[in-house]
Amino acid sequence: MKRNTWWSWFWILLGAIYLFAPLYATIAFSLKAEKDIVSSLAYRQVLQDPDFWHTFLFSIEMAVLTIIVSILLVVPTAYWVRLRLPQIRPLVELITLMPFVIPAIVLVFGLIRAYSGAPFHITNFSAGTNALLVGGYVVLALPYMYRAVDTGLSAIDVRTLTEAAQSLGAGWRTIIAQVIFPNLRVALLSGAFLTLATVIGEFTLASFLVGLNAFGPYMSQLGQNHAYESAALAIISFALTWGSLGLIQLFSRGVPGQAVVGGPR
Amino acid sequence: MAFLDLTHVRKVFAGTAAVEDFNLNIERGEFVSFLGPSGCGKTTTLRMIGGFELPSSGTITLEETDITFRPPNQRNVGMVFQAYALFPNMSVGDNVGFGMKIKKQPADKIRKRVGELLDLIHLPDKGNNYPYQLSGGQQQRVALARALAIEPQVLLLDEPLSALDAKIRDELRYEIRRIQRQLGITTIYVTHDQQEAMSLSDRVVVMSRGVMEQVGTPFEIYNYPRTPFVASFVGTLNQIQCTVVDAAKGIVAYNGQPLTPGSAVAAPNGSQVTLMLRPEELRLGPDGGENHLRGKIETVNFLGSTIRVTVNVGTAPVTLDVFNERKLKLPQVGDEYTLSFPPHACWVMPAVSS
Repeated sequence: MKRNTWWSWFWILLGAIYLFAPLYATIAFSLKAEKDIVSSLAYRQVLQDPDFWHTFLFSIEMAVLTIIVSILLVVPTAYWVRLRLPQIRPLVELITLMPFVIPAIVLVFGLIRAYSGAPFHITNFSAGTNALLVGGYVVLALPYMYRAVDTGLSAIDVRTLTEAAQSLGAGWRTIIAQVIFPNLRVALLSGAFLTLATVIGEFTLASFLVGLNAFGPYMSQLGQNHAYESAALAIISFALTWGSLGLIQLFSRGVPGQAVVGGPR
Repeated sequence: MAFLDLTHVRKVFAGTAAVEDFNLNIERGEFVSFLGPSGCGKTTTLRMIGGFELPSSGTITLEETDITFRPPNQRNVGMVFQAYALFPNMSVGDNVGFGMKIKKQPADKIRKRVGELLDLIHLPDKGNNYPYQLSGGQQQRVALARALAIEPQVLLLDEPLSALDAKIRDELRYEIRRIQRQLGITTIYVTHDQQEAMSLSDRVVVMSRGVMEQVGTPFEIYNYPRTPFVASFVGTLNQIQCTVVDAAKGIVAYNGQPLTPGSAVAAPNGSQVTLMLRPEELRLGPDGGENHLRGKIETVNFLGSTIRVTVNVGTAPVTLDVFNERKLKLPQVGDEYTLSFPPHACWVMPAVSS
């Protein structure tokens, strides 16, 4: 037993070193912008760069739009599949896993090919490429959002809650808005933050559709010319992702009214 | 025409009839239970009344209006579910007022009605609580109040007490009946628990395999069951396989002992029939009636107000119930006794396997 405990600690330590050593190395490097002292110069230069804020806010805006479109697409779909079409659920799950299989480069080339020419010409103006970008991100985020929503729906008795609402006179819009959405709050937050983390650092779609307007390509370009700032930017991006996950944890901790439904299963 | 009419209602799932030719007229204010084992079609029938299933054929009429294909949110039928189905994101008050809010009723009217209903279900201080803060019994009461808030024409309850423990179930059972009587709402109650059905209902519909076996008052279906299924499903039943000796005179024989139900038997002489009687109709000793069976006591179970005794009278044990008395001398296992019962206490049906 004692030997097993030692081995467990050994593997935990090894895994931790594997994960945290590069992180530590990046942090340490980012603090060496000034010779021989621990300096936050790299961080200050990044945060004072107007391009940082422009690209960061642009990517945030794309992320928010992606989240809204994803929610409006996924929630009614997942709800209807659970309620009326459980037999096609495996097919829908397979479709939502496709983005893991199709590389982003294939997706973006396909989007450009399909929508740049007649009759759409969407790539001729920035609103069009932004819309394509959001569309692409909705596809990339689909596995996360669908899984989160599906898990959220499995925690509530969708059918009985729907029938209860119907027996009280509610129509479909009221049911989705006042019964389903509020009970998916935690799941939607979870899906939203995962989508945010995916979109913020995404490179391929952004570089082909909007170039240096987005955060991912900005990070890549900065890395080519400014080593310390690039490291600082990586840490800032990492902190944003961990911050999002921390917020998921915070909001997942039993919000009043989000508890277990009674009755037998 | 009655208040609620179901006429030749049928429901088929994947080629199998879950409900077959269901006909029932329910009067205003009546409390009717659908009683039967799992899979008998009682919940399916209830759901068709509520609009959650569409009949394959037949009509459902409420106050002379055909509601057969009307969506559930347009029927004004309140429903209480086995799983409570309270909206977890809303407080108790908001749950109860939900239906009134849908109907865009004024806020002060909603507040007043919610208050009245919370008083009715004896939870006046729970308006701001959330469902997860309530016990199962409290949640079910809130579900009942929510269904009543919209002043439905019919109240449907789908095994509302099945998820609750025995003590709470007993309390809530009488609460439901008290409230129903007070408000005079036509109520349909689905249950597999015959005690619930018998104690609550004006009439009981006994169902089996999608078919209505019998409709009647609890007294009628218990004492005058029309089919072997109703006889054996409702209450405890002794079934004694007999041979018809004289059909016209109503004499049958069990192990050579003559027995009579006191009326002619509708089966030819020499055929096999089943003599049925309830445990409470039998007496220990020869003075309980002209029908006698001789046997040895197998078990004596003291149940409190009654003592249940099984007696081996030949090929099968017979059960009888004796009322408890403080001065009663309990029979002993192995004692030989004559059991007796009067002719009117029993009846004969075609032979069934036990």
